[in-house]
Amino acid sequence: MVKDDSSKQLPARLRTLPGDDVRQIMWRFADRFDYQMVVQSARAVARGPVARAVAKGARNSHEWTEDKAALLHEFDAAGITSAAVDPEYGGYIEGPKNFVLGLLAYELAWVDAGAGTSSMANTLALAPIHERGTPEQKQTYMSRSVPPLPGDSRKIWRGAFALTESIPYVGVDTGVLSGRVRVAEWNDSEEPLLHVDKRGRFITNMGSANFVTAAVDSGDPRIKGSCMVILEETDPGTFDRGIPTRKLAHQLSSTRDPIFSLQVPASRIIGGYTVKDGVIIPNYSHADVIEAVFTRTRATPAIMTSAKLLSAVEPVIRYHRRRFRGAAGINEGTPRFDMGLQQKEDALHRLLDVWAAGEAGASLGFETARLLDTYDAIEKAKAAVLAQQGIAGGRAELKALRAREKDATEYVALAARRTPSPEESARLAMLDADPVVKFIVTESLSSVLIPAAKLWNTGHGVNMMREAVSMMGGYGITEDCPGFLGLKWIDGQLEATYEGPEVVQRRQLSVTMSRPIFLRQFQAWIAHLNAISREHPAMGAGTLASAMELWFWSREYLSTAKDAYGRDLYSNQRHGVTYPLADALAWLVATYHLVLDVLELKRKGPENPALAEGIEGLVSFYTDLTHIHAATAAGEATRICAELVFGYRAESDPALEVLASTVDVFKDVAPFNALRTKVDASLAGSKLAKDRAAESLSHVMIPEVLDYPV
Amino acid sequence: MSTGFHVVVLGSLVPDLLQTLEPVQGPSGPALKNELMLPAVLDPWAAHALFEAAHVAAATPGSKVWLVSLGPKAKLQQLMMSIAQKVPFELVAVDGSASGFTDPVDVAEALAGAIEKIPSLDRSRLLLFGGCASASRDAGVTVQLVGERLGITDQFLAADELTVSAEGVLTVLERVEGGRYLVSEVAGPPCAIAWATGNLPEPPNNPQVGMMNMRTIMPALQKAPAIQFASQGTVFQSVELPKQERRTRIVRDVPLDEMAREIADWIKG
Repeated sequence: MVKDDSSKQLPARLRTLPGDDVRQIMWRFADRFDYQMVVQSARAVARGPVARAVAKGARNSHEWTEDKAALLHEFDAAGITSAAVDPEYGGYIEGPKNFVLGLLAYELAWVDAGAGTSSMANTLALAPIHERGTPEQKQTYMSRSVPPLPGDSRKIWRGAFALTESIPYVGVDTGVLSGRVRVAEWNDSEEPLLHVDKRGRFITNMGSANFVTAAVDSGDPRIKGSCMVILEETDPGTFDRGIPTRKLAHQLSSTRDPIFSLQVPASRIIGGYTVKDGVIIPNYSHADVIEAVFTRTRATPAIMTSAKLLSAVEPVIRYHRRRFRGAAGINEGTPRFDMGLQQKEDALHRLLDVWAAGEAGASLGFETARLLDTYDAIEKAKAAVLAQQGIAGGRAELKALRAREKDATEYVALAARRTPSPEESARLAMLDADPVVKFIVTESLSSVLIPAAKLWNTGHGVNMMREAVSMMGGYGITEDCPGFLGLKWIDGQLEATYEGPEVVQRRQLSVTMSRPIFLRQFQAWIAHLNAISREHPAMGAGTLASAMELWFWSREYLSTAKDAYGRDLYSNQRHGVTYPLADALAWLVATYHLVLDVLELKRKGPENPALAEGIEGLVSFYTDLTHIHAATAAGEATRICAELVFGYRAESDPALEVLASTVDVFKDVAPFNALRTKVDASLAGSKLAKDRAAESLSHVMIPEVLDYPV
Repeated sequence: MSTGFHVVVLGSLVPDLLQTLEPVQGPSGPALKNELMLPAVLDPWAAHALFEAAHVAAATPGSKVWLVSLGPKAKLQQLMMSIAQKVPFELVAVDGSASGFTDPVDVAEALAGAIEKIPSLDRSRLLLFGGCASASRDAGVTVQLVGERLGITDQFLAADELTVSAEGVLTVLERVEGGRYLVSEVAGPPCAIAWATGNLPEPPNNPQVGMMNMRTIMPALQKAPAIQFASQGTVFQSVELPKQERRTRIVRDVPLDEMAREIADWIKG
């Protein structure tokens, strides 16, 4: 027996990999026992039946097999399926579900994201009904989608969300649809009968779906515009599930190219309709429905990719440590036997980058989900206030909201004041009580966080997953790789595509990041980070604040600057400018939320007795990890901004040849140079943080074996 | 049996069995390195006892199950997030060390005291369940000691099966030497049964069951009495792991016969 003197060593090291106590604090669900149970339940399914299915080779087929179908029953039995449904329809979790669905996706994607997608796709199919359906539609389809209780002979219904089409290509412009809805029969005083033609492409859950929520456009002058419509497998006509999509990822989920040609009653139009002058007018266009759906569902795939990065940490450490064990001449007790590749700085440093990316992505993804959990109530309150003013939907609402954006911006500014005057406090309270202001503030934030999470977590996440695979050497790209890292790498590419690929997210960010209210919010974040930096100088918050200042200045500069040919730089179609700027912002936003989560751990961790003996090392490690990531994010953002600020100047700029006159030539961007220097200087200590974290990583205790099969 | 059983299951947490377990000398005696930081599970033998208890209770109307757990409160709370989803029970928590380095006599004293304080417990209907062994330290005497303190003299060790006849007679299968069972009958409760593995599968998690249980679990944790074991008494001269038995090898697609042969060869030396 050895003497336990680890607590006396300085600086304190990370003792074990972060467990549930840590995650509950960082992601703010320590007080939600219902969520904690769902996590345990989903984990048991993921690391049991799902992992066994993957290990057995269930992914090696495009077909919907018994092994894959059996997983849906596991989800049902474990409460995963009904977690998304409100209690009034048979679910068991009160309130909004964005965050808890994120937790479910996290646990399932920890092992296999395709399984996560199977679970998520059903929720996606129900989402149009949940968000915009009539009360009857909600009652019917939500109740049917809950697993039957013991003794109930009812069969559970499963759904698919059918938007994408356009064979032979995959994907759709949400504004252009080929699927059509026509009036098939419309007798006086009877409900119209519709005929729906829709060819789907890459439709998830088609192997098991009993109903489909399909986006279609009018093919009949008696129907106005587009809508979403519910199709059932027993409707008269063709409900052809189609051929399996030969996708290279997420093989545990069923994806097919279905063909529908069905007659359905008009009551299946999601959200209902009115009839005016003999024309059916759907209450919601397909774009209205999709906007409401995607607002709420895009954070989930973002979390999935981050889960995979974090899941890679343990297998990579184990592989590195045991790399030489069993080899001739490598004896027990030697450094090569005990530490293996972890003797080498490179192995440790690269894994830290993977880990940090996973943490930052999870922080951003879960913060987005938490924000969305507040969204429904805020949106309803706003709608009620506007309705009282005789404003309901469409342009009138947009106009009304625009008129209040100034108040909302003022709210953001006042909320950021550390020591507001009595007048300011009173004004803040007044604005805080205004549902319209609260909605504008929440919406401006969510419209940045959602695309940022989807873009960065999945896009950068896949790159880092490749890095994780590479750290396992040749083992990484075999089916035998512990943690299924190779499979997770390619799965990540699909997460980057699902629910709007990266270009869609960049497009949305390029618009929302330039709204004055968000820019005000962004400045408040910078001020917050500077305050954090004064109190916790080792976190890299100052580095991040400096990089954010530089991004802010660059955006302002680019918004009025012209290129060497006199063309505007910051314009709608200038994707070469706005999209990279969106990429840079996503790096910064993700890191900002990691800082907040680590601060939360610092504050609340010591209160948890289960963490007491290791809290010092835990906080110390996470502080260093945040510092490392802040430096990386600052570097990325700075590089992108520098390319944009300088890259559109004329090539023959004399400064390229006459360095002595650089200052004069670049006088208009002198603030940029100053800010960049500030960022560079703020990097001091970041590599030392990496060395410290690497030291921790080389000693952290890991389990004997992975807790799911390979 | 119209009134049902009152089944009290003794069970607490042990570090997740996949974790690396390293004995260290802490300030108050031997401990496992980073024990509080490691994820915990319900002691596997106690888990079997709990599942058997739920099975008996479900088959006998009017029955009720209590889980009496001695462990650090914060760790117990975390454990409940998974265990509470398995079967319905009411928790009785005692806040103290669940370490394997405690004396079973002290532990039994604390557990018996907690059981005696359960207000609605009918001792004439009591079935005392627990594990016949423990993953934290295999003294294998806790159930017996608790039974003695509660005055339960019908005790069965290493049980694998319990059946209840229509007349309420209990038939217990106990493991004995040579892979055989000793079949015993007892007219009815109270009796103590220390379970081996039983023969029931682990129930799947069901968050709905968990949420029902949580109504009583959180109050039980909040009012759990703290208990400190005296440091005198048992003295540990040294503690170490049986090193050779911790070796882990990952293999795929090995037929069962081949695995069995390999294990038999290893035992033969």
